[in-house]
Amino acid sequence: MLTVSMTVNGKQVSKEVEPRTLLVQFLREHLSLTGTHVGCDTSQCGACVVHVDGTSVKSCTMLAAQADGATVTTIEGLAQDGELHPMQAAFKEHHGLQCGFCTPGMVMSAVDLLKHNPDPSDREIREWLQGNICRCTGYHNIVKAIQAAAQSMRG
Amino acid sequence: MYDFTYHRPSSLEEAAKLLAGAEDGKILAGGHTLLPTLKQRLAQPSDLIDLSGIKELKGISEAGGAVVVGAMTPHGDVADSSVVKARIPALAHLASDIGDAQVRHRGTIGGSIANADPAADYPAAVVGLGATVKTNKREIAGGDFFKGLFETALDENELVVSVSFPVPEKAGYAKFANPASRYPIVGVMVAKTAGGVRVAVTGAGASAFRWTEAEQALSANWSADAIKNLTHGPDGLNSDIHASAEYRAHLIGVMARRALAAAG
Ligand SMILES: Cc1cc2nc3c(=O)[nH]c(=O)nc-3n(C[C@H](O)[C@H](O)[C@H](O)COP(=O)(O)OP(=O)(O)OC[C@H]3O[C@@H](n4cnc5c(N)ncnc54)[C@H](O)[C@@H]3O)c2cc1C
Ligand code: FES
Ligand code: FES
Repeated sequence: MLTVSMTVNGKQVSKEVEPRTLLVQFLREHLSLTGTHVGCDTSQCGACVVHVDGTSVKSCTMLAAQADGATVTTIEGLAQDGELHPMQAAFKEHHGLQCGFCTPGMVMSAVDLLKHNPDPSDREIREWLQGNICRCTGYHNIVKAIQAAAQSMRG
Repeated sequence: MYDFTYHRPSSLEEAAKLLAGAEDGKILAGGHTLLPTLKQRLAQPSDLIDLSGIKELKGISEAGGAVVVGAMTPHGDVADSSVVKARIPALAHLASDIGDAQVRHRGTIGGSIANADPAADYPAAVVGLGATVKTNKREIAGGDFFKGLFETALDENELVVSVSFPVPEKAGYAKFANPASRYPIVGVMVAKTAGGVRVAVTGAGASAFRWTEAEQALSANWSADAIKNLTHGPDGLNSDIHASAEYRAHLIGVMARRALAAAG
């Protein structure tokens, strides 16, 4: 066992874990933050995307131990004071989801995209989402939602 | 995943010592090849030695006409680096098209070349730009680094420290990506370097190799015409559910022409 400590959604946490514990297991099973999903076994689907030190990563392909000392933000950490993050609000408004399984990862990935590129083209959005698979929407409304969020965040 | 002992050393010496002392130790870099492998229980290392605590392994610098990329530098940093974009745009382009954004945030150049996946992108740059791989023990010429399917010149306890890419006069990279995995089915780097023209192919064989006929043709005449009708044979090329050897052979020609056009 080893002790890992990190800041998750603004709260300092510290737990004893087996070294093989994945970050996504740590979040879901040790912290009960089940908003982060697991959709595959091959690091391809992106349902598990969270931010580690401000950068989007697949939490299923990182050990909790590798995030020791880091600052982690999950989908649960986006809304502030009961107010949806503009990206969440845009997904809702533009029907950017159907079953919702891919949505936490999509939203976290999209928020990171806008940090790199506040005014992306449709093509740039689609390229960025290569690591986020949706089996329901056909992506059109996801792209629309991200465009809307980009616009509202640029103000 | 089977359990293991986890270490995060802060120096290269300590990492090498841990690796040598472990029963069946494995280096952990970005984990984007190793962790999926462990999740499938395809390997059972006794110890994982995480290199992320060793600061000197991460970063990009320019020295003596070369761009030096530390082993722990993620693909995304190479893609975004102003030095790489200015000096070797083909390398920045190659890195920018590996996997997806999240893979590029974690996966590293050291992990990619040490793993020597026949379909990885970086081997085309290491061979095609005539890079030098620096390890904790020695320097290995890029052309001698890849030895076969998932096989490199690295000894059992040898670590990649950095990769030094001499700045070429011109270079271009083109890949035909597998639409699901984003790995190249065939990728080609074409470069005009101080040491001559180099054309390196990844994805098509057991490991990256040079296409000497194309190199000769382009040395004589650096133009699209020189390789317009040149074809590579299918003998010895990979054949799998993604592409037959004949199709890969065809793609080598097409990608070489696209890479040349990108190089200008
Ligand atoms: C969905 C997905 C898509 C991908 N698409 C592509 C693609 O299009 N093109 C491509 O090229 N790759 C692709 N990859 C692979 C990705 O680039 C990997 O990150 C990379 O191959 C391995 O680097 P890593 O840092 O993750 O290494 P790890 O997984 O940590 O390690 C890989 C191997 O190298 C060894 N190793 C690591 N660092 C060192 C070192 N410094 N010295 C000695 N040995 C070392 C490890 O022990 C291990 O055996 C993809 C991966 C995923 C998950
Ligand atoms: S669960 Fe599919 S990429 Fe992480
Ligand atoms: S909304 Fe169902 S997978 Fe995307």
